[in-house]
Amino acid sequence: MDTDNIIEVKNLTKTFGKFTAVDDISFEVKKGEIFGLLGPNGAGKSTTLRMLSTLSRPTKGTATIGGYDTVKHDMDVRKLIGIVSEKMIIYNRLTAKENLRFFGSLFNIPKDTLTKRIDDLLELVQLTKFKDAQVGTFSTGMRQRMNVVRALLNMPQVLFLDEPTLGLDPQSSVEIREFVRKLNQEQGTTVIITTHMMLDADLLCDRIAIVDHGKIIALDTSTNLKKIISGADTMIVKLEIANLTPDMTATIKALNCADAITQDNSTTLHVIVHGDEAFDSIIDAVRKKNGKITSMANLQPSLEDVFLHITGHEVRDSADQKIPMEHGPKRFGGGQRRVR
Amino acid sequence: MTVQTILKHSYRIAQKDLMELFRNRLGLVLLIVMPLFMMVMVGFIYPTNGTISDLQIGVVNEDAGLQGQFMSNQVFLPALQGINDQTHMLVMSNISSVDDLKDRVQRGNLEGGIVIPANFSESLMSGQQGTIIIVSDESNPQISATIRSALTGVFDAIGTQFAEQQLNTTNIAVVKPFNIQTQGVVSGNPSYFDFIAPGIMAMTVMMSVMTGLPVAISQEKEIGTMDGMMVAPVNRLSILLGKTFAQTARGLIQGAIILALAIGIFGVTIQGSILLVFALLLLGVFSFVGLGIVITSFTKDQETAQMLMMTLMFPMMFLSGVFFPIQQMPWYMQTISQFLPLTYASDALRKVMVLGAGVPQITNELIILVAFGIVMIAIALPVFRRMMTR
Repeated sequence: MDTDNIIEVKNLTKTFGKFTAVDDISFEVKKGEIFGLLGPNGAGKSTTLRMLSTLSRPTKGTATIGGYDTVKHDMDVRKLIGIVSEKMIIYNRLTAKENLRFFGSLFNIPKDTLTKRIDDLLELVQLTKFKDAQVGTFSTGMRQRMNVVRALLNMPQVLFLDEPTLGLDPQSSVEIREFVRKLNQEQGTTVIITTHMMLDADLLCDRIAIVDHGKIIALDTSTNLKKIISGADTMIVKLEIANLTPDMTATIKALNCADAITQDNSTTLHVIVHGDEAFDSIIDAVRKKNGKITSMANLQPSLEDVFLHITGHEVRDSADQKIPMEHGPKRFGGGQRRVR
Repeated sequence: MTVQTILKHSYRIAQKDLMELFRNRLGLVLLIVMPLFMMVMVGFIYPTNGTISDLQIGVVNEDAGLQGQFMSNQVFLPALQGINDQTHMLVMSNISSVDDLKDRVQRGNLEGGIVIPANFSESLMSGQQGTIIIVSDESNPQISATIRSALTGVFDAIGTQFAEQQLNTTNIAVVKPFNIQTQGVVSGNPSYFDFIAPGIMAMTVMMSVMTGLPVAISQEKEIGTMDGMMVAPVNRLSILLGKTFAQTARGLIQGAIILALAIGIFGVTIQGSILLVFALLLLGVFSFVGLGIVITSFTKDQETAQMLMMTLMFPMMFLSGVFFPIQQMPWYMQTISQFLPLTYASDALRKVMVLGAGVPQITNELIILVAFGIVMIAIALPVFRRMMTR
């Protein structure tokens, strides 16, 4: 075993009935790394996280954390980890302090140490003032901060964050991101974060695994992932056409040089193209349909574009589509089970 | 993981659960209101013995007499009339035939009847017991039970009187001259409330575990806090034990409230030991824990848990003889009720509270409850383990 690797995942698979949520994935995470699992909902990110955090048993394959197997030595693994899940693990009827004392007591931390640690953690997230108020009276941002420090009670070596900024306002999201980075830099905590927010992944992660349909389809640093696009002869063209019609979109899509296409709004298209002739071909095609081009720009690739380029489809879901899983496309059928 | 750690963790979890419970003001009020409602409903809707008077009773006298002597008219009926003149419990009317009597009872004109068969005088005068048949309205078990127990008492009194008279005249007498064919339902003081209070206590306490456990666990799974306990180095057994402790405490609090209401408002008295009453309640909880865990393992969300609880609670309530004596049920229902631990718990509790029974008199029930508890837990633990490691 490479001693630098705190997490080693080999051929990890999870099936629910006929549905394969996680399909034979393998990766390593280095000590002190911030590692991102990026992908749409239902891609298998959370299921992977649940298996790593001993909450779910793999159907096949193994995962070790700090050298401990997540199934055979689950109790040892649990001492090393903390989880922040999208559902807040916090009791609304208990006060901030009572919540932390309860969860701390489950880790067999000596009472004095725990009391001091609770005070420190509350101070760290500026909740000392509210320590004796019931958490149910807190704002969402405050509760998420509580949720994060709760996961830090046992000073975990590995912190799992499952969609930590879901449903938070931009300011709270920034706070959480800063906090995670600070924790990583000051304590050397290894962080595994799942998200479908490209921004989170881009700003925070040392390395990113792009996950789709239960498989890791790309794994690299953000910069290297973007090179997949900006390297070679691939470009991203932002195209504004005043009188855009679906027919025009279809024509552009059918062009040889176009790899993928998305529509931002009624007049704007995002096209990933390749080849020297790409710009000319697009202009020709639009003109032939009497389209009026108001603007055309060559963009810096974002992770969104990388995702689009690799998978051929968008990061489909957004936060508000998270709930009605059973009505969603069939391949997301695992989403509902995942919640258990 | 030592036993000590497991217990410490489960204590923490129980403490946390109870803290949440006591912070929930409305829930706390309902905890007291629910048993109060139940007590008031059954206590006042069903009449107690003392309130019954002027029952409409039909008398069918078919006594054929012997040698011109009619024991019924000469001895029995005057005696009955004499007692009734003091108590005013009955309003008697003469009915011509048994069929007519039954018809009137069925139609609700009469609440019960007394039949004196043709050979009544003959039997008595030849030194045998004279049979008296009590007809009661089975559709109204409470009234019919009251009638039966009341008449039986009256007839016994008359019988003793009669035997003494006979002894004076003939030197030979049947000690109990009247053979009264009735079925006593509740021995001792036949107040319906005395009958029902132990049953409701047993039911509330045991149900609190069977239904409270699935609801408590599925609720935490649903809001996600269960994961917080599951990722801590805590034995799964601790979670289960902690939740069970909390629910048991909740159940016992409710049980104590019921007991206090029963004694304070409805005048129920406890003949036996109050410690034995609570020990029995705990044993009842033990016998239901396994069932609770199995249900927990099968319910995925709180809503299902609630519905399952209602579905199970209803038949259980009635089949276990909490509200109505088991003996009045058809045989197949009686058979089912023999498989329900609540039947034995409420039976044993009733014996202790109403009849003042001690441990020796309820040994059978105790053995059955312990056995049921062990068997159910043996089934439940593997099921629970599988559910937790999905």
